[in-house]
Amino acid sequence: MEHNEGKDPMTVKDLNLSIEGRPILKNINLTFPQNKITCIVGPSGCGKSTLLKSLNRLIDNVDDVKMSGQVLIGDQNIIGAPYRELIELRRRIGLVPQRPCPLPMSIFDNVAYGCRIHGMHTKKKELAEVVERYLTEVGLWDEVKDRLQSSAMRLSIGQQQRLCLARSLAVEPDFILADEATSALDPVSSKTVEDLFVKLKENYSIIMVTHTLRQALRIADYAVFLYLGEVIETGDAKQVFGDPKEELTKKYLSGVFS
Amino acid sequence: MKKLQSKYIEEKVFQVLMWIAVITVLAFVVSIIWTILVKGIGSISWDMVTKVPGKNWNTADDGGFLNAILGSLFVVIPATLIAMCVSIPVVFYMNLYRRRSNWLSYLARLVYDVLYGIPSIVYGAFAFMIMVMVGMRASVLGGIIVSTLLIIPMFIRSGDEISRSVPDDMIDAAYSLGATKWETLKVVVRQVLPGMATASLLAVGKAIGDAAAVMFTAGFSDSTATSLSSPTATLPLAIFNWITMPEPFPGRAYAAALVLTVLVLILSLGGRWITGHFTKNNL
Repeated sequence: MEHNEGKDPMTVKDLNLSIEGRPILKNINLTFPQNKITCIVGPSGCGKSTLLKSLNRLIDNVDDVKMSGQVLIGDQNIIGAPYRELIELRRRIGLVPQRPCPLPMSIFDNVAYGCRIHGMHTKKKELAEVVERYLTEVGLWDEVKDRLQSSAMRLSIGQQQRLCLARSLAVEPDFILADEATSALDPVSSKTVEDLFVKLKENYSIIMVTHTLRQALRIADYAVFLYLGEVIETGDAKQVFGDPKEELTKKYLSGVFS
Repeated sequence: MKKLQSKYIEEKVFQVLMWIAVITVLAFVVSIIWTILVKGIGSISWDMVTKVPGKNWNTADDGGFLNAILGSLFVVIPATLIAMCVSIPVVFYMNLYRRRSNWLSYLARLVYDVLYGIPSIVYGAFAFMIMVMVGMRASVLGGIIVSTLLIIPMFIRSGDEISRSVPDDMIDAAYSLGATKWETLKVVVRQVLPGMATASLLAVGKAIGDAAAVMFTAGFSDSTATSLSSPTATLPLAIFNWITMPEPFPGRAYAAALVLTVLVLILSLGGRWITGHFTKNNL
């Protein structure tokens, strides 16, 4: 599969979402810049994770969700996409979860899984090359090359997180969603994963939720500040964090609430 | 200081209580197995497990109870397979295709909990009533039907518990790679397989040892069943019948108990070994 679709940006238009009748996201309008790291910040419970989960419609698995509006990749709307299209769209949007969760298979099969279900790289040799390429890309190859057939559960938690990243990359997504991807990791692994994101933005658009402001300051190119389900301020990260326009953003950054 | 002393005493007391509880349970298990072994080994012989009752079975050692061993297997193996075919889809439907708190799942759970609580003799009586209504005789088929009914709620209940233990993150991970529900299900199956196997073996163990369910429905016979419609002896019913009869029957009852215990043991240990082998990659 060619990477030719990568030019399509992701935009969110008038997204409203409620769970059990409670509005969680209100009138979200955003455009995620390509080949940049977008950080979504905001206090706990402001809807950051919900927003992220609606971008690939994992939110479907939550009870009693009503949503309206559009999440567009090119001219394809993810919200309301029929099942078949949704499957393909999800392939194009990788996810790095908060806690790494390897699939119950070997290290090799974890990375190969996505390719197998999408019928990519059907030749054995080709698949092995793909697995090696992505494990190398996340800096895991040297650590695991001698035990590719052993269980992914035996890796350390930091290694597991990089494995999850390799697994997402193997299906050649255009976007990577990361939901507090470093919060369960030790400082050294966090740094490794952070550095990886910075490296990966050359080829992917990365949208990450974080509630570590320092992390956002370190790596964000573009920032979105969310408060009680509303977008308060967006823009270049330097501007949002350095010279915020909105009063709420200033208060949040100075630690009045968190 | 006084407070400090008392907390250590408290701990000691509860340690001793727990220890007593563990020992009591162990003592029960050991004494049951010991009784079966001593009395069973005394009367078991090669003939007993390889032959059906002979002409002089009522008075002397002539033949054995192969008919009951085979009868139990004829009833329980198909019952387990049918029950699995019914229960596994139910479990996955409740946990993956329906959201977990869906009203249909809720209702289904309630129903299976009620079914689980119904004693096997009631299943037996119920099935017997239906069999009388449709003019069916006690037979292997009757036994299979009742055992299936008995296994299904046990299996669904434990399967449901096991499936709930699958982390949502794992399901999300599969979905986010673009897996369909069915593909995600296959990933989940890898994760729950050992638990499911244990659950089914527990269910088999209970069904194979249940006398009440097969009492009216499978009947009893001194010859090996040749078809679904012929009545058959089963091990638990053989024990039930023989234990109160004059010698040499009580010895045979213990021999049958020994065979039954060994069968269940082989099932559960074998199952554990096999699933342990196939699931080395699990969480």
